Amino acid sequence: MAAEITYIDAIREAQAHALRDDPRVFLYGQDVAAFGGAFKATKNLAKEFPGRVFDSPISEDAMVGLAVGAAIEGLRPIIEMQFADFSTVGFNQIVNQAATLFWRTGVPCPITVRLPFGGTSGGGPFHSQSLETIYAHYPGLIVLTPATVEDAYSMLIEAVAIDDPVIFCEHKFLYRHLKAEKLPTEALPVGKARIARVGRDLTIVAYSAMVQDALEAANELVPEGWEVEVVDLRSVKPLDTDTVMASVARTGKLLCVGESWPWGGVTAEVIARVASEGYGLLDVPPQRLNAKDTPVPYHPNLWAAHRPTVRAVAAAARKILRS
Amino acid sequence: MLQAATEPRAEAADDVREAHLAAFRFMLRARLLDDKFAVLYRTGKIHGGVFLGRGQEALSAALGVSLKKTDVFAPLIRDAAGRMAFGEPIVDAVRTYLGSALGPMRGRDGNVHRGNPRTGYLPMISHLGAMVSVVNGVLFARRLKNISGTVGAACLGDGATSTGAFHEALNQAAVEKLPLVLVVADNQFAYSTPTSRQFACESLADKGVGYGVASHSVDATDLTACLKIVGTAVAQARAGHGPQLVVAKLLRLCGHGEHDDANYIVPALKNSPLGRDCLKVAEQFLLRQKWAEAATIAAWRREATREIEEAVAQVQREPAPDPYVENWSAISSEHLNETHEQNGR
Repeated sequence: MAAEITYIDAIREAQAHALRDDPRVFLYGQDVAAFGGAFKATKNLAKEFPGRVFDSPISEDAMVGLAVGAAIEGLRPIIEMQFADFSTVGFNQIVNQAATLFWRTGVPCPITVRLPFGGTSGGGPFHSQSLETIYAHYPGLIVLTPATVEDAYSMLIEAVAIDDPVIFCEHKFLYRHLKAEKLPTEALPVGKARIARVGRDLTIVAYSAMVQDALEAANELVPEGWEVEVVDLRSVKPLDTDTVMASVARTGKLLCVGESWPWGGVTAEVIARVASEGYGLLDVPPQRLNAKDTPVPYHPNLWAAHRPTVRAVAAAARKILRS
Repeated sequence: MLQAATEPRAEAADDVREAHLAAFRFMLRARLLDDKFAVLYRTGKIHGGVFLGRGQEALSAALGVSLKKTDVFAPLIRDAAGRMAFGEPIVDAVRTYLGSALGPMRGRDGNVHRGNPRTGYLPMISHLGAMVSVVNGVLFARRLKNISGTVGAACLGDGATSTGAFHEALNQAAVEKLPLVLVVADNQFAYSTPTSRQFACESLADKGVGYGVASHSVDATDLTACLKIVGTAVAQARAGHGPQLVVAKLLRLCGHGEHDDANYIVPALKNSPLGRDCLKVAEQFLLRQKWAEAATIAAWRREATREIEEAVAQVQREPAPDPYVENWSAISSEHLNETHEQNGR
């Protein structure tokens, strides 16, 4: 029986690969050294790579500032935010320091900031947030949202190699939920979306954990005679409009699903682009589905209803398909 | 034996005199350059604000001459003297204020937001305290690369000591024992806010104690004191004694920017010892010591004025940035830019 590799194993292995491959790479974050990280994404890396993995004080601002300085000096730091939610404390350094450096000076800023993000039951308002939208809004940042074990691995390796600041959004629910038999040896490049499921009746655009929900919803619709195409964006910035548009050209219908809050955001961006550049491709008005416009709740009953569920995605799809 | 014993002392005295003369010339040039920027501002030649270092030149120059070219320097808005001492050509300062396409910031950023990160000269962002951890990062990286003996200096005002970024970065430098010299110019006002509304400790130097960082206090109206104290702090950091906090007291002899008449600075403060003009104090000291003659100082002044006028004339002939040839890419990986129709590219 093949060994099982989880999404978080893939993230650990990608960091090991980067450390092994490139002497300029180092890890800096809270509890990442001997302890191996709050989620164990850096387990044993301090032992395997002595002098390359460092615990930081609880200082998100200074963590990112240090990474920018190290990048100026030619290194390639990987910063682990313990939870994406806490990256707001380092927000200034990310959006004003890291994201403006190349534009202002011509000196690139190759830092990778890992954000364990997204809801898990019991996480509550401050350990569950999805912040891809807010980072994608700022010029100068690349924002990645892998939905599979394979992408978690290959996209993190690529993130470290990219000469610009990368916000790497890794979904906490997927950490131990997704498994693969082996790590990939080749991958689509960053910036290319993937057709996760082929279909002719409706395009569902999703990213990160919502890709899994969209795929399940698509399966649920098969007995009803619908074949739904699922596009996994993989990276929300840059956003692969071409792949989305080509899919909508085939299906004529669009549903965009995101786990983040509804105002603005990735789903709104996708719909805006399709509506303005591909209006003629649409048979019916495009729709989107997001979390509710409240902080993320704690209790499982509330939490499960806050984010789009498989059922909610299937219901939204049915509504479009029957219109 | 006697010879051997006296020679080093004589050399040291020579060094002290030379350091004073070098620092004074940077102070003078910075003051004259600032005066020129004020004129250009009032005649509408500069877009946006102008921020002067009047009253802070002794501190700034003392830091600049204490650093080596291989060190790291993150100046703040009132550091024209230190920037020059660290090696910034006058023409680059003028280019940034006038937005020349040939300047280090190419019109993308302006005024005091200038630098050259590749040479350790870091361009500030406006968010106070944010540059300190970036200096830490350069020093941390150099340690990983086994480069030793370099110092990183970051400059702040009293207002910036109230930011979280200051706290996080000073603590980080202490934890990592980095060779950071953090120079705080306590100039009595953060924009218009007096220090009584900024902090409640006796002296900002007390803050060093809380972080386990060596603290130094200095009267920044006195060049001699600045050279001695800042020089000591830089030497201590270079020798591996960890981060050093220097708190310098002075009065800002201008508004926050040239748009600000600073009517909130009361005459009693201006007439107090803090209100002394460090440039005049230093000039009188050099004359009294007979380290420079009045005619020599006048010649330096003429020379600097000519150099500044030439730089301004040159930059005014240089091209402005052209929005039609501008590469509107905020990232270096151009293949990862957005390609859809509405991103303006």
